[in-house]
Amino acid sequence: MSALRAPAIDVRRARAPRRSVLLLAIMLLLTAYTLLPLLYLVVNSTKSLDDFFRTFGLAFGSGFALPANVAEVFTHDGGVFGGWLLNTLLYSVVGGGGAAVLATFAGYGIAKFRFPGRRALFAVILGAVAIPGTALALPTFLLFSNLGLTNTPWAVIIPSLVSPFGLYLMWTYTVDAVPSELLEAARIDGAGELRTFFTVSLRLLAPGFVTVVLFSVVATWNNYFLPLIMLSDPRWYPLTVGLAQWNAQSAQSTAQPIQNLVLTGSLISIIPLVVAFLLLQRFWQSGLAAGSVKQ
Amino acid sequence: MKRSTTLAAAGLVAGLAAAALTGCSSGSSGGPTGAGALDDALKQGGTITYWAWSSASKDKVAAFEKAYPKVTVKYVNAGSGGDEYTKITNAIKAGSGAPDVAQFEYTALSQFSLAGDLVDLAPYGFDKLEDQYSTGTWSAVQSGDKVYALPEDSGPMAMFYNKRVFDEHGITVPTTWDEFVADAQKLHAADPNTYLTSDGGDGLFTSSMIWQAGGHPYKVDGTKVTIDLQDSGTKKWTAVWNELVEGQLLSPTPAYTDDWYKQLGSGEIAALVSGAWMPGLLTTSAPEASGDWRAAPMPTYDGTPASANYGGSAQAVVKGSKNAALAAAFVKWIDSSDEAVDINIKAGSFPATTKALGSSALVDQAPEYFGDQKINEVLLEASKSVPADWQYLPYQTYASSIFADSVGQAYASHSDLNAGLKQWQSALVSYGKDQGFSVTAG
Amino acid sequence: MAIVTAPGRSPARSRAGAGRAARREAANGWLFVLPFVVVFLVAIVAPVGYAIGLSLFRDQLVGGTAFVGGANYLKALTDPALWGGVLRVVLFLVIQVPIMLIIALVAALALDSGRLRFAGAFRILLFLPYAVPGVVAVLIWGFIYGPRYGLAGSLNHALGAGLLEPLSPQWVLGAIVNIVTWEFAGYNMLIFYSALRTVSTELYEAAELDGAGPLRIVWSIKLPALRGAIVIATVFSIIGSFQLFNEPNLLKPLAPNAIVSSYTPNLYAYTLSFAGQQDNYSATVAIVMGVLTAVIAYVVQVRGMRRDAR
Repeated sequence: MSALRAPAIDVRRARAPRRSVLLLAIMLLLTAYTLLPLLYLVVNSTKSLDDFFRTFGLAFGSGFALPANVAEVFTHDGGVFGGWLLNTLLYSVVGGGGAAVLATFAGYGIAKFRFPGRRALFAVILGAVAIPGTALALPTFLLFSNLGLTNTPWAVIIPSLVSPFGLYLMWTYTVDAVPSELLEAARIDGAGELRTFFTVSLRLLAPGFVTVVLFSVVATWNNYFLPLIMLSDPRWYPLTVGLAQWNAQSAQSTAQPIQNLVLTGSLISIIPLVVAFLLLQRFWQSGLAAGSVKQ
Repeated sequence: MKRSTTLAAAGLVAGLAAAALTGCSSGSSGGPTGAGALDDALKQGGTITYWAWSSASKDKVAAFEKAYPKVTVKYVNAGSGGDEYTKITNAIKAGSGAPDVAQFEYTALSQFSLAGDLVDLAPYGFDKLEDQYSTGTWSAVQSGDKVYALPEDSGPMAMFYNKRVFDEHGITVPTTWDEFVADAQKLHAADPNTYLTSDGGDGLFTSSMIWQAGGHPYKVDGTKVTIDLQDSGTKKWTAVWNELVEGQLLSPTPAYTDDWYKQLGSGEIAALVSGAWMPGLLTTSAPEASGDWRAAPMPTYDGTPASANYGGSAQAVVKGSKNAALAAAFVKWIDSSDEAVDINIKAGSFPATTKALGSSALVDQAPEYFGDQKINEVLLEASKSVPADWQYLPYQTYASSIFADSVGQAYASHSDLNAGLKQWQSALVSYGKDQGFSVTAG
Repeated sequence: MAIVTAPGRSPARSRAGAGRAARREAANGWLFVLPFVVVFLVAIVAPVGYAIGLSLFRDQLVGGTAFVGGANYLKALTDPALWGGVLRVVLFLVIQVPIMLIIALVAALALDSGRLRFAGAFRILLFLPYAVPGVVAVLIWGFIYGPRYGLAGSLNHALGAGLLEPLSPQWVLGAIVNIVTWEFAGYNMLIFYSALRTVSTELYEAAELDGAGPLRIVWSIKLPALRGAIVIATVFSIIGSFQLFNEPNLLKPLAPNAIVSSYTPNLYAYTLSFAGQQDNYSATVAIVMGVLTAVIAYVVQVRGMRRDAR
């Protein structure tokens, strides 16, 4: 039957063309809930500090202060925000990207090769997900300062390279998407394992890989606690720690209220991720598909 | 002493022994001391790292570098209060990364000096600087014959009130606490959205109020600590404050939040009993009420003037600094030079030096926010009536961090503060014992 | 017919050949796994080992460090602050996880139903909160929750009553439930949606031939297909709940009396270490929580699988 090959949604659309108003209403409600805080963020980024203190939360202020706010965000405190943005990019790309690479190699290794201790290794790595971050934070800090690494980018990047969840996803995806027969054929042809990996397997793993890259990048981009402990020099802060510090600055006895900068800065900080997700939708949605089915 | 500081102490002894052999006295890192050493260090120049959060710090650093071009100061805002202390403690534990000079609130100094984390500045002649500072602030920076820091500013307490709101509701400015309570009742009854003042519970505020009432809840003698949060001074305070808490007459909005600033600006919180730094904060964060506010002496229990200190910080040299003499010189400049003190005053800080306190520049300040009232006259009077003999716990910052767990609950449930204070006391006693202090309660 | 000795997969001709092949396979396996393992050792195993070491000692402000063996663990097991926090996160998870997963499920089913206009747009919009850092999320919700001037306050004003007090002690847990749900519902929705997309269309055709209505299809085909994904999502949500820290920590300045320093076990460990200089006891608490979390997550997963196998 040719209908077997057609994507599910087309079949369903052909059979059930009636649009449900109920479903639309439910989804609109959920979307409103989702967008409310983001709307608050956008609206208040357009208000000057004065307006922020004087006007109702979701109403616009008397002027359009967004360009002024953005300018001030990038010049406040000697332009430290721009550095935070670059730091975040550095940590996310190297840390998150690196995590995906390591997870892919390791997931592939566990899925496609039998070696003693494989199951135990897998269990230990997955078990690491249950370890509370606070248990690791101080010991990692002390360890790293003995190595002279604290207050450097490495202090943030190295811990970010470990993604047990990424490994799990890639393991699942490899089992699903890379048939062992293909690997055997390559071996028979005399190809080494690494070569096989790069020429044969990686292509098949691409959607999963992109998924893990995206999620690792997000995890590192949004990481707050680890950089907070590791870094004492604000010039190395990522956006999360920097914004939190700006926010705290508004709230003590020698305060300099900068709520408009905190809000505008927050808005700027989420734009890159949102754009990345929008552009790479195709990849991560199919990557997630495999990961969610297997257990 | 912690392990790392035991090692440091051993190193110090070794250094002293070596220095004794060479015939010069050693203060910390084995360098020369005495007042002359400071000038030499400034002439030689070098680089030091300075952690502070006060908004005027950057300007002061810039002014210092201009006056002493051979010295580079790396200024870092590593967080305020507890956040910075955590980083310093961690850096000291790890053996690297701590700054040369750092800002410390008065309440945190004993915690660090006891752990041996601060350089004694007396060998550099700082003990001779006593007369330059108000007694209240000086007692916080020295211990025995050691001087651990220099005061940056002070926080004598007064009452700041919104005259427009007072006039609107026919409230007279209270001079005693009984009048204060009566005013609170009147105001809140007339307008349930308005409160005379806000207080959601704060360990340092509570301590200062007990201070004003003549209490001495914390007594420290080396590693012997006595905690009595039910002494006569405390009871005096709770007798009054319970009426406000149980009567639900205090605005529950947590301090320094956006809601709080808006309420100050709109007059829904009509007065604040706070330190001398509050005017600066009001001016920047509650601009709506400019011109409405005034300053008055803190209400007292029997009418005789009495105040307390609340807040304020100092600069200290952190142990392990590679250039302690230069760091000490920087501390001296930033906390005693006319230029630095001026910058502070302009930024809205209330000074700690006797010179600045007596200056006409300070007294004549008539901020527009306070309707051109010379508010510093009120604050100066307040600084003169702060009871002496006050001590903080060697773990006061920790005490503040767990205040909400005990006394804060009394605030939240509008019940007897004494019960909460007893709980706080027992938590502090067991923590002190855990940490090796010999602690007695009551 | 050429005799080819293929490593690993095909039956080897001789035991020696099999041994060699197996060793080669093992070596290759380790090669791929090694980079991850190295960083894993440095970033996770070493600190955990250090933490375990810390938990066996006690460091005092006055008196230095001493070995105390299991004394810290004994203290942790009888510590009312710790177990109060545990009870609280259990309460949190019992409320929050079902709410969030039901929302995610409904949304995923709606997206998959084929009866939803603008499904693509909804899909990406509902996922957006995942891209927002926890810090920013709490910041914004903190502003919204302001009982006098935040949106909650405005609502109160409009209704003329002090109904909404999200930052009061009675309601702050609900406030946190809301934030966490907001942050992760979209993410879980996507996991469920992706699982649904892999359901074979044959099943749907067969069902419709049998005359099954849409609800019946959901019940008999889609939900069973989602079982695995639901178990995974539940397990990860439970782990996340036990580790709850960011939201209460960042919300604390706005509700200092409502969120005590031992509000969640992680927050307690953090306060112990960073405010109280009690690193050893903090490490102990963290280890106890880690073990507890792992056990519960394992139990949930096993039970979930068992039902799945039935």
